[in-house]
Amino acid sequence: MNQTQTIATTRQPDASPKYMDIGIRRKILVYIVLAFGAVVMLMPFIWMASTSCKPPTELNQLPVRFIPQDPACAINLDALYDISPLFNSYLMNSFIVTIGRTLGQLIICSLAAYGFARFRFPGRNILFAMCLGLLMVPYQAIVIPQYVLVRDMGLLNTLPAIIVPNMFSAFALFLLRQAFMQIPIELEEAAEIDGANPLLVLWHVVLPLSIPALAAFGVITVQAAWNDFLWPLVAANTPDTRVVTIGISLLQGERSTPWNLIMMGSLIATLPMVVLFMLLQRYFIEGVAMTGVNR
Amino acid sequence: MMTAVLNLLGTTPRARRRALWGIALILPNTIGLFVFFGIPVLMSFNTSLQEWNGIRPAVYIGLDNFERLASDTRFWNALSNTLQLLLMIVPLEMLLALGVALLLNQQRLKGRAVFRTIYFLPVVTSTVAASVVWAWIFQPRFGLLDMFIAPLGFTDIRWMTSPDLVLVPIAAVAIWQRLGFDMVLFLAGLQSIPGVLYEAAIIDGANRWQRFRYVTLPMLSPITFLVVVLAIIHGFQIFDQVFIMTARTVPGGVGGSATTLTYLLYDSGFVRSQFGYASAVAVVLFAIILSVTVGQLRLQRYWVYYESGEAQ
Repeated sequence: MNQTQTIATTRQPDASPKYMDIGIRRKILVYIVLAFGAVVMLMPFIWMASTSCKPPTELNQLPVRFIPQDPACAINLDALYDISPLFNSYLMNSFIVTIGRTLGQLIICSLAAYGFARFRFPGRNILFAMCLGLLMVPYQAIVIPQYVLVRDMGLLNTLPAIIVPNMFSAFALFLLRQAFMQIPIELEEAAEIDGANPLLVLWHVVLPLSIPALAAFGVITVQAAWNDFLWPLVAANTPDTRVVTIGISLLQGERSTPWNLIMMGSLIATLPMVVLFMLLQRYFIEGVAMTGVNR
Repeated sequence: MMTAVLNLLGTTPRARRRALWGIALILPNTIGLFVFFGIPVLMSFNTSLQEWNGIRPAVYIGLDNFERLASDTRFWNALSNTLQLLLMIVPLEMLLALGVALLLNQQRLKGRAVFRTIYFLPVVTSTVAASVVWAWIFQPRFGLLDMFIAPLGFTDIRWMTSPDLVLVPIAAVAIWQRLGFDMVLFLAGLQSIPGVLYEAAIIDGANRWQRFRYVTLPMLSPITFLVVVLAIIHGFQIFDQVFIMTARTVPGGVGGSATTLTYLLYDSGFVRSQFGYASAVAVVLFAIILSVTVGQLRLQRYWVYYESGEAQ
């Protein structure tokens, strides 16, 4: 114990430990490999952006050019709305669904997670174990009965059909409960002595202290909701309820649709998530580390 | 009677009050989970024993759907496609992710955050958009890939309509999209390995390879275990790529050559309205994923090292 402390304190904050030092030639090699990989990873995005600005004549031109000779970004944007007049409404639906699913999960699962984390009631452990058991069920395995349920509730082909079943989550319950349990209970007890009821304690003490976990979970949910395809495809595939992933698949399904317009549509649908990721990168990474590690 | 119920909740008024609060807090999520997830699990098993097109009254037919499944070439074909995809995706995805994570984990590496961002970017992209772009990359002659493979003598390869090749583009999308996810998990794992272990290994005269083999790999094995399980589970659920990438030619691939288990489930249920048969596929999918998880949990003691000396 003493020894580890000595090592920890003698190490300069900036100086890296010796075992991790690499020579300059090795370092250059590392950079070359990483840069090559980065180019490969970015290539599809570049190709998407490049194609989306090409006029139709340049699509089948060889050799491939990355920068269009005769950029047609604005023309292609107009053309996209010509063949898919409802594209903006698809985007709007995706937006509504994403907000609905994320807010719904954050609210409903925060309540439940707090209940399981801090309150004793009969059947608590067995109920929690049953909720966790649902984590083992692959979503695809219940898509048919979910469809039947939503249909029998009269929700089919409405936006709530996409939102409502996804407002409840065993996964969120599990993650948020973990986060809430790490908060010192004395803070909650102090608030309770001051006369706050559990909802006020949750709102004023627990949630503010859990913002990193809520944000990490929130961005992961936003991303999953925005990118979801199978469930919207079966639950709400009518012109006025389509989300943007279905909008793209429709462009793709028409054999005659040129690639530049398909790429323009994909670019528009991808940009919001890329921007969000750039802004809240830390939480995305934390979210993945959290979801992976705790699963 | 009344007091018995009250005592069940707690012995003091405060305990009872808190018990009621607890129940009230968990109620919405518990009911929602029960209705939208719990009941569907039971319904899935029930429907798998029925002949049902979703509209007319269902008829119980015992295990007929499973018998049909066992003698259906479409099912075996879908299972084989799914396994082939797994074999292509899982090892490659993990090796690449581990490699990148190891490179990024070097000290004093400038631009680490930039590289991490770039490698992670495909994870936040929708599988639909990713599949569309890769379908265009794999387009014969005018796709981007042709530019790289044409000099090698391969040109005008019809990836999407060739039963032998169609799984390659599908695997490419999956690997491209999962690599960053695995990388983040590996990085978290690498960073949690205590530096003292490496210092001790150096004192013992271990070289770079030995340090990797005898410190990094065993210390990383719980994360590796997790990544394997998640990657396999993800592999069994591949659907979007197949749906999108074969939409322009023959949905599900020529002769079902791109049909995965999940695609078969979708096709039987929502295209052919055979809800009973599709539910039987769902039950099989569920059973496979469950046995992969349980099987891995049992296997892990042979290769996963936990510092506490105990399996999780």
